[in-house]
Amino acid sequence: MPKLTIDGIEVEAEPGMTILQAADQVGIEIPRFCYHERLSIAGNCRMCLVEVKPGPPKPAASCALPVAEGMQVWTQSDLAVKARKGVMEFLLINHPLDCPICDQGGECDLQDQAMAFGGDRSRFHEHKRAVTEKHLGPLVKTAMTRCIHCTRCVRFITEIAGIQELGMIGRGEDAEITSYVEMALTSELSGNIVDLCPVGALTSAPYAFHARPWELRKVESIDVFDAVGSAIRVDVRGNAVMRVLPRLNEDINEEWLADKSRHAIDGLRYQRLDRPYVREDGKLRPASWEEALRTVAGRLLATDADKVAALAGDMADAEAMMLLKDLMGVIGSPHMDCRQDGAALDPTDRASYLFNPTIPGIEDADALLIVGSDPRWEAPILNARIRKRYLMGNFPIATIGPRTDLTYPVEDLGNNPEVLDDLARGRHPFWRILDDAERPLILVGMGALSRPDGREVMASARRLAERVGAMREDWNGLGVLHTAAGRVGGLEVGFVPGHGGRDTAGILEGAERGDLQVVYLMGADEIDTARLGEAFVIYQGHHGDAGANRADVILPGAAYTEKHATYVNTEGRMQRTWLAVHPPGEAREDWKIVRALSSAMGKPLSQNTLDDVRARLADVSPTFADANEGAVIPAAPTRGGSGGGAGRLDRTPFTSPVGNYYRTDPISRASRTMAECTDVYINRTGSGDSKRTGTDG
Amino acid sequence: MSAVKTSPARDDAPFAFSEESLAEARRILAKYPENRARSAILPLLDLAQRQHGWVSQSVVEAVAEITGAAPIRVWEVATFYTMYNKAPIGRHHVEICTNLPCWLRGSDEILRAARDVFGVGFGQTSEDGAATVSSAECLGACVNAPMVQIGDDYYEDLDYDSAHALFTAIKEGQPVKAGSQIGRQCSAPEGGPTTLTTDPGTAEGGRWIAPDSPAAGGSAPGTA
Ligand code: SF4
Ligand code: FES
Ligand code: FES
Repeated sequence: MPKLTIDGIEVEAEPGMTILQAADQVGIEIPRFCYHERLSIAGNCRMCLVEVKPGPPKPAASCALPVAEGMQVWTQSDLAVKARKGVMEFLLINHPLDCPICDQGGECDLQDQAMAFGGDRSRFHEHKRAVTEKHLGPLVKTAMTRCIHCTRCVRFITEIAGIQELGMIGRGEDAEITSYVEMALTSELSGNIVDLCPVGALTSAPYAFHARPWELRKVESIDVFDAVGSAIRVDVRGNAVMRVLPRLNEDINEEWLADKSRHAIDGLRYQRLDRPYVREDGKLRPASWEEALRTVAGRLLATDADKVAALAGDMADAEAMMLLKDLMGVIGSPHMDCRQDGAALDPTDRASYLFNPTIPGIEDADALLIVGSDPRWEAPILNARIRKRYLMGNFPIATIGPRTDLTYPVEDLGNNPEVLDDLARGRHPFWRILDDAERPLILVGMGALSRPDGREVMASARRLAERVGAMREDWNGLGVLHTAAGRVGGLEVGFVPGHGGRDTAGILEGAERGDLQVVYLMGADEIDTARLGEAFVIYQGHHGDAGANRADVILPGAAYTEKHATYVNTEGRMQRTWLAVHPPGEAREDWKIVRALSSAMGKPLSQNTLDDVRARLADVSPTFADANEGAVIPAAPTRGGSGGGAGRLDRTPFTSPVGNYYRTDPISRASRTMAECTDVYINRTGSGDSKRTGTDG
Repeated sequence: MSAVKTSPARDDAPFAFSEESLAEARRILAKYPENRARSAILPLLDLAQRQHGWVSQSVVEAVAEITGAAPIRVWEVATFYTMYNKAPIGRHHVEICTNLPCWLRGSDEILRAARDVFGVGFGQTSEDGAATVSSAECLGACVNAPMVQIGDDYYEDLDYDSAHALFTAIKEGQPVKAGSQIGRQCSAPEGGPTTLTTDPGTAEGGRWIAPDSPAAGGSAPGTA
């Protein structure tokens, strides 16, 4: 381990580390623009110059210089500071001083560094260069005159997002960043280059000119647009969510965020249910809470327990499902389900529905089989982790599923479930690879489980996992990739049919036939509402989507940014959102609605506070204990286990439940930004240009 | 300032490697390890440009395909080098060096000659399509400044008159002589050599004799 001194401090660094990394280790911050710890080293901005001995008598770029034994480094010497001032002067030569109209203002690295190293006037009297704006899609706005050519964006898109579309063309003064023939970037992670850009060259298009960073209140929360549960920061002004940014969580999203999680938030403003409604003469009319609750309570009390059912949707939080389940218990009905898509998930066997290898565990795996999943659209962040593992090398990947352009090369075994069977019986060449692997990973998606033969597919996958040694005490490589943020929470709560109860299919069938008379939809919108027949439908949720349209009574709930709620991600990691803004109008936090309903029925549930509800949750499953927030409690692999159907596999190809990444749930369906993305990326009609303002061209 | 072209231009007749070029492309690709085919982008772009005249979108994509690189990577390379023409050019490409030595020695006069003959200046193509005139950075022939490059050849020691004659000749399709236009041999001094003027083979030969060697001894090293 080489020892060196940095600013007189002795540092022991790993061999191969750069000076900048070694300095970071001891808390000495060297200014930088191009260096980023998750990207390859480019060494092209020269902001990180330091004085180094021994070596040539000129400053050295610390981000690109590996440490060596006995090196002496000065980061603040006259030579280093003077060199940096020179670099800064050059960077500012062509940088427009338009900070007052730049969205990066107030959170701009260049602005900050210029405070430290910039001169107070320019010695450059010639014309500054101007660069035409580039079109990178509906999410990223460009002001390319501001670009300092650090190439962070190019490296992110190429290395992490895994698409070869962005580049730096020209050279010297004429260098420009552009996508090939100015096509919109086809990445679900494109929003991240806005965070990476150290200046205001790339800014968020939907957020353009909406707020200044110092006006914002920052609330740490959790994303619910997929089942990964990325850590987010919700930036709020007044009672409006202005933007969502990623927060560091090495176990889940590192520091990235998927585009939908970042940009569907304008959907929180549209189509909101902000007051209760009651259907009268076939029409929904606004009602008071009292009336709405009285109507619902009356119905529930007047209906046979066996004719009442409840369905929980993909964004339902654990607290609300817990209380609704208890309420169903009070009513005496066993008919409830949180698996709107009818996925064959066995709630009694925890290991059978979790992503057991965990997300960071993907990096330990040494072979991967993807079954019936399109991770790129179902969980872009998890897909990025797979790509990260792929880049480390020696990671054979095969897929039996709907998509093969996953940003890393995969062996396409054919989208035919029978291939899985062949694999499970060891009759397929890829079996060898899985069998030889030390830690094989078998990723099973909802596209494989939410079909009539889902149980059989799961059974096959388990057989395969067992046979190739993927289900050991020290490595459980069978991972179920969920698409719904609320799903695992629902399973842990036990929001599933009780004894003799109906599941989703049964509930829909019952409602259609008239066997069920009341159906309670807890944010369930992804069902065929036409099949609810004559049933009296109660919809509790935040958006006027499919469920609300069919409802007889609407109880307005809160979206994820508007409540303290618990979600369990696909790995079984319990996390909590934090109330960032208040629900609009008369809408309320969801558990409170159920609690109020129980009172209206004259059968009050005993939980009066959020803490009470959480204590109840912790009783039901240790996953929900406060102490376990953010942690994964591993589930022991169950050999043979349940979920084993003996039936035959259907030959129908797998399809992904995510048909359009940009519109998967009530919030993103209400989002105009997502509608624009749909035009650009899915329908290929729009240009995504409407956000251009022309004030800064 | 010559702004870079953001996107490769489309052409009416899309490019495809001819049979000959394809054979040559294979020969070039064979020089690099299989997983390093990207290294061949530079020579392949040159090859394609020789066939097609300029680097169009279809050229970029053809080179991308044959090297397995993404088109943006090829376009990055193509825009980095001034030698790749990003727009169609005339029959001849007249690149006038304008760097300091050439400028001091009168490159402005060469440009004037080009204007007079072709009727266009830097970055333009003459109306008859005979030539495109561009400004070039130092082409490494400063000793014989000012100079121009036309196609693969250098034409040196120019002045207004010789440049005018040269440009007129290529415009009219007359044969021209490459190299110095004043009869200079390579980069020897103007008007003939001033040193080593004697024949090294003769007795009084131009041979150098080390001062500390037995001068008369004739045992100087290097006698082959
Ligand atoms: S656009 Fe931003 S991130 Fe990309 S090279 Fe320019 S300054 Fe860097
Ligand atoms: S950070 Fe070192 S050169 Fe940019
Ligand atoms: S300056 Fe013209 S060749 Fe060098």
